[in-house]
Amino acid sequence: MASIDIEGIRKSFGAFPVLHGVDLTIRDGEFIVLVGPSGCGKSTLLRMIAGLEEVTAGDIRIDGKRVNDLAPKDRDIAMVFQSYALYPHMSVADNMSYSLRLRRSTKEKIASAVSGAAAKLGLDPLLERRPRALSGGQRQRVAMGRAIVRQPKAFLFDEPLSNLDARLREQMRAEIKKLHGDLRATSIYVTHDQIEAMTLADRIVAMHGGVVQQVGSPLDLYDRPANLFVAGFIGSPGMNFFEGRYIVSGDRADLRLANGVMLPVRRMAGIESGAAATLGIRPEHVAIAGGGALEAKVDLIEPTGFGIIMHVSVHDVPLKIFTLDRAMLTPGATVRIDLPQESLHLFDEEGRRLDRPPA
Amino acid sequence: MRTRKLAFTLAHRLAILAYIAFALFPLFWLLKVSVTPNDLLYSEGVRMWPSRATLEHYTFVIAHSAFPTFFKNSLIVAGSTAVTVTILASLAGYALSRFRFRAKYWIVALMLITQMFPLVMLVAPIFKMLSPLGLTNSLTGLVIVYTAFNVPFATFLMQSFFDGIPKDLEEAAMIDGATQFIAFRQIILPLTLPGIAATLGFVFTAAWSELLFALMLISGNDAATFPVGLLTFVSKFSVDFGQMMAAGILALIPACLFFLLIQRYLVQGLTAGAVKG
Repeated sequence: MASIDIEGIRKSFGAFPVLHGVDLTIRDGEFIVLVGPSGCGKSTLLRMIAGLEEVTAGDIRIDGKRVNDLAPKDRDIAMVFQSYALYPHMSVADNMSYSLRLRRSTKEKIASAVSGAAAKLGLDPLLERRPRALSGGQRQRVAMGRAIVRQPKAFLFDEPLSNLDARLREQMRAEIKKLHGDLRATSIYVTHDQIEAMTLADRIVAMHGGVVQQVGSPLDLYDRPANLFVAGFIGSPGMNFFEGRYIVSGDRADLRLANGVMLPVRRMAGIESGAAATLGIRPEHVAIAGGGALEAKVDLIEPTGFGIIMHVSVHDVPLKIFTLDRAMLTPGATVRIDLPQESLHLFDEEGRRLDRPPA
Repeated sequence: MRTRKLAFTLAHRLAILAYIAFALFPLFWLLKVSVTPNDLLYSEGVRMWPSRATLEHYTFVIAHSAFPTFFKNSLIVAGSTAVTVTILASLAGYALSRFRFRAKYWIVALMLITQMFPLVMLVAPIFKMLSPLGLTNSLTGLVIVYTAFNVPFATFLMQSFFDGIPKDLEEAAMIDGATQFIAFRQIILPLTLPGIAATLGFVFTAAWSELLFALMLISGNDAATFPVGLLTFVSKFSVDFGQMMAAGILALIPACLFFLLIQRYLVQGLTAGAVKG
């Protein structure tokens, strides 16, 4: 087990830059999730930590030791691939013991490590099978088993659940979390699925365009997104945004939409009156209330069973509302809604979060 | 509907049968002539099977001609060429498939260009080069020439097989603690067996039946391969068809055995690229 330090990491493929200087400190035993849309550089960063991609600039340290020029085999890390990458010509047991055999561990040690990992993952009855004879979920488990047999310094996961169906993904997600609870091994997990990121991470690293957007605990990112990208990426259904101008008059402040509608907001430091701004509110925070300040026309109802997602328009601006109340509304109806001030997120013209009240 | 389907199946099978008959007929004729006694060869007209069959041509070819030497030479040349080419092509194909290096483009282009020349053009220069080295009239010389000519195509063939194996596998092996070479040997190579079998088979047959260079580079009987040896049955005044055909049948045996040996991998190999996914 180990800490991992990433300092000023850059990566370019030819003249094409993919990572623009990433700094990150991962504590011993921590579960870090790198999340972001495809092409944001998260997998490249993971592969650089693994030693599968060369580092263009910057340093990677594992337990304080610089590993930039170390071959993958000398970094003592394990990785679970999206494709599982099981060796097709080896049995499950041989797949799992391959790393130990390469290290010339004793037969007894190999046997006990494999049976220990197999027991942990429920693989005992499958040990003699070839990967071809396994289901997707079983293959995934074998890939995990292969990673845990040799107790590496860190686990790297590259979208390990992407090839599973929804139910299995949910189940494996819980197992990974439980496994991490047992082993407390430093883990770095790459995914584009923000639910996986939220549920698994001790800390989430949200990435976009090769730049780290925000690092923090899942609820930190959910409740206080640092910028518009994080606000829009984390959460499902996604946050609602209104674009307009921030107008201060006396003690109060409003966001004036293009169509002239004024939405009251809290006064913030760091923004001039009249500047462009974006207001965000999560769908579950929009309140449906008889005496609400805004009138909304219902466009579409999506029942999820758990609650409903209501697509409405407020002065022609589309808005999603999530409510547990199974209100019997039909498209075309009108409801009155409120945007509670304490749930509003305000972002400046560059998309940065504003949350300091004026002095 | 059912009768139509039946008729279609029947037509389909008949067409396949017709094709097989067409393809195998020359082989059958080879066999037929090889067992026809000399006195019946011209006297019986065109018949599907002689009225009297004999193995005398076989006994003569095996016991009284230089054919066993030709046969042995061919086996040595084709076998060594196949093994050498496959080893070289595996390594080169792997490099082309996996590594980025300078001049890769030019190496591939050069290899492609070598495939564009008619071989006849090269006979004289190659003879000129090999003769001072004492490599004419020698099996080693033939192996070198055949290897040189087969490596480019075999490399492309092997490269396509390596391309079909996901890169994840060797990356997983490298993280598990293997060097790139160990990952190649323990993970990738076993998975490429079909490709290796296909390459071995392809090169073996090519070398086994090569005539042009063997004819030009080999003069004596000692180092002659069997395609050259077959020509010794053609004399100034007559062609000894029976013996020639018997030798031909015997020459088919190793090729058949070889393919029987590798066909399990070959079938996998030839279809492997089809469902890459």
